[in-house]
Amino acid sequence: MFENLSERLERSFKILKGQGRITEINVAETLKDIRRALLDADVNYKTAKTFTETVKEKALGQNVLTAVKPQQMMVKIVHDELAQLMGGTSTDINLKGNPAVILIAGLQGSGKTTFSGKLANLIKSKRGKHPVLVAGDVYRPAAINQLQVLGEQIGVPVYTEEGNTDPVKIAKAGIKEAKAKGHDVVIIDTAGRLAIDEEMMNEISAIKEAVKPHETLFVVDAMTGQDAVNTAKEFNDRLDFDGVVLTKLDGDTRGGAAISIRSVVDKPIKFVGMGEKMDALDVFHPSRMADRILGMGDIVSLVEKA
Amino acid sequence: AKTKESVLKKMTRAVVGKKKVDDDVLDNLEEVLITSDVGVDTTIRIIERIEDRVARDRYINTSELNTILREEIVALLAENEYGETGNFELPSDKKPYVIMVVGVNGVGKTTTIGKLAHKYKSAGKSVVLGAADTFRAAAIEQLEIWANRVEVPLIKQKMGADPASVAFDTLSSAKSKGADVVIIDTAGRLHNKVNLMNELTKVKKVMDKIIPGAPHEILLVLDGSTGQNAFEQAKQFSKATEVTALAITKLDGTAKGGVVIGVSDQFKIPVKYIGIGEGVDDLQVFDRKAFVDSLFGD
Ligand SMILES: Nc1nc2c(ncn2[C@@H]2O[C@H](COP(=O)(O)OP(=O)(O)OP(=O)(O)O)[C@@H](O)[C@H]2O)c(=O)[nH]1
Ligand SMILES: Nc1nc2c(ncn2[C@@H]2O[C@H](COP(=O)(O)OP(=O)(O)OP(=O)(O)O)[C@@H](O)[C@H]2O)c(=O)[nH]1
Ligand SMILES: [Mg+2]
Ligand SMILES: [Mg+2]
Repeated sequence: MFENLSERLERSFKILKGQGRITEINVAETLKDIRRALLDADVNYKTAKTFTETVKEKALGQNVLTAVKPQQMMVKIVHDELAQLMGGTSTDINLKGNPAVILIAGLQGSGKTTFSGKLANLIKSKRGKHPVLVAGDVYRPAAINQLQVLGEQIGVPVYTEEGNTDPVKIAKAGIKEAKAKGHDVVIIDTAGRLAIDEEMMNEISAIKEAVKPHETLFVVDAMTGQDAVNTAKEFNDRLDFDGVVLTKLDGDTRGGAAISIRSVVDKPIKFVGMGEKMDALDVFHPSRMADRILGMGDIVSLVEKA
Repeated sequence: AKTKESVLKKMTRAVVGKKKVDDDVLDNLEEVLITSDVGVDTTIRIIERIEDRVARDRYINTSELNTILREEIVALLAENEYGETGNFELPSDKKPYVIMVVGVNGVGKTTTIGKLAHKYKSAGKSVVLGAADTFRAAAIEQLEIWANRVEVPLIKQKMGADPASVAFDTLSSAKSKGADVVIIDTAGRLHNKVNLMNELTKVKKVMDKIIPGAPHEILLVLDGSTGQNAFEQAKQFSKATEVTALAITKLDGTAKGGVVIGVSDQFKIPVKYIGIGEGVDDLQVFDRKAFVDSLFGD
């Protein structure tokens, strides 16, 4: 439903044409369009504001009489800044440690259990490791069962303790068992929780404290709106997580939450979920994400060729 | 902790010493609305309506502004005929009354069904649930736990079974039992997946064959923390199934769920329920005024 940024800029840049240089006055309309595009993509209000300022600084005084069309140059500035903001390059996960312990956390329904399965599958099939999954969600109806079904699909064992209601104990016992059986990676699935749920946030802190994970991942739904910043900040304050997983990107959301999160917590986005199946997991590419947020196909490569 | 300063407070600060609503006030208002996920379009509409009224009435002080603002937003939320008490009474000519629950992945469909079943049961109705999510791992078991928890019967088949066939079985069973309400769970699906959306249309059509007119209610569940993508969800699910009501979940979190203002206005679909937790009692009948009040942090 949203017009993409390049279409918008096409319009506002009519003003700019023939003016030679970008000035405070002739770029105002364009900046408004950029801000609007970001807000439509669910980029946080404040982040969008700051970002637009940065783009303005970069753009002011730029010569627009060169080979590239001015709107394309603007798009490139915006795109590159966005990609830069999201980390520039891809970041891998840390599998050092014997076993390497990976803790998964996030809001309800964000895709933690599915991601746990996908990650185990990836580590097993592409990295030659022998992972085990630990069922640390003792609340959600059939959560354990769900993880077991996924484990079976990918041929990865799942450690469960039916009836035990203490996820800290389950996690510790799971690691102990993994060691005994020679597994080199342990992935701990946990219950969904709200950042403002004191008790549940204490619980996840306690799990982290007890298992000292090598990697803690925060899983977030790519369709999340303005609240992404609050949630990411709270989880990060509590867990100091190592990376972010953005799920459900197989939908048509622009995924502006990616920028908001990155700008409040400064942690890399490591993976993106691209479907419900166990192989629908990709490594995160900042540049592709920037394209997506701006709602544009190949305008950037077009500009780069010019 | 919830970090929200009431809008009224903010706006009061912005209007101190001023005679009328000016850009500062409107900027503040814009921030509040956008950060509640109301979206740019709807925010502009609200601000324009306020500017119009300011132009008409010339002088408006903050408390008047506060009232006007709420009135304007309440007006955008499609009228619902459910009343604010929600007695869970059912139309007598639709028995069993069939509700189909749809939405994207993980929004809270199954949980909402559990809570809804509990509400209807508490209102003295006999309820039957249908586990037509045959795709997601342990989706059937999850609904089964809810069915046991609220003590209502569940009709299910095996994982991987045809969801339309489960819907068929459920309605047949409910009809023969003379049940009052049937609630059908469906698998979460992203609205841009054409095949899955077609499947949903098919599940819906099957119901009409057993009980003409069914489903009587198609409840689209939206996650309250979803941003502007909710518009596309409403659009595509309406296309595939003619959504009749909305439920907004997870409003016990910090997200404001403001996107439903625009969604409700644009698609004229009333919000019927809100989810405020994971427990069996954490479902409320939507109250437009209370919702708008919470948007403004009071
Ligand atoms: N389309 C799509 N669906 C996904 C993706 N990741 C997860 N899902 C679906 O999202 C829904 C919720 O996923 P879960 O893995 O159960 O989420 P969770 O965070 O473990 O949920 P809780 O344990 O209840 O907090 C399920 O229907 C998944 O199939 C994804 O990348 N794409
Ligand atoms: N805090 C909170 N959590 C909720 C609410 N409603 C549902 N949940 C949680 O959100 C998660 C997903 O809920 P489900 O009912 O499984 O969602 P679903 O839409 O059926 O998911 P799929 O079938 O996988 O698409 C679970 O952990 C629920 O407990 C709510 O109102 N508040
Ligand atoms: Mg889970
Ligand atoms: Mg479900």
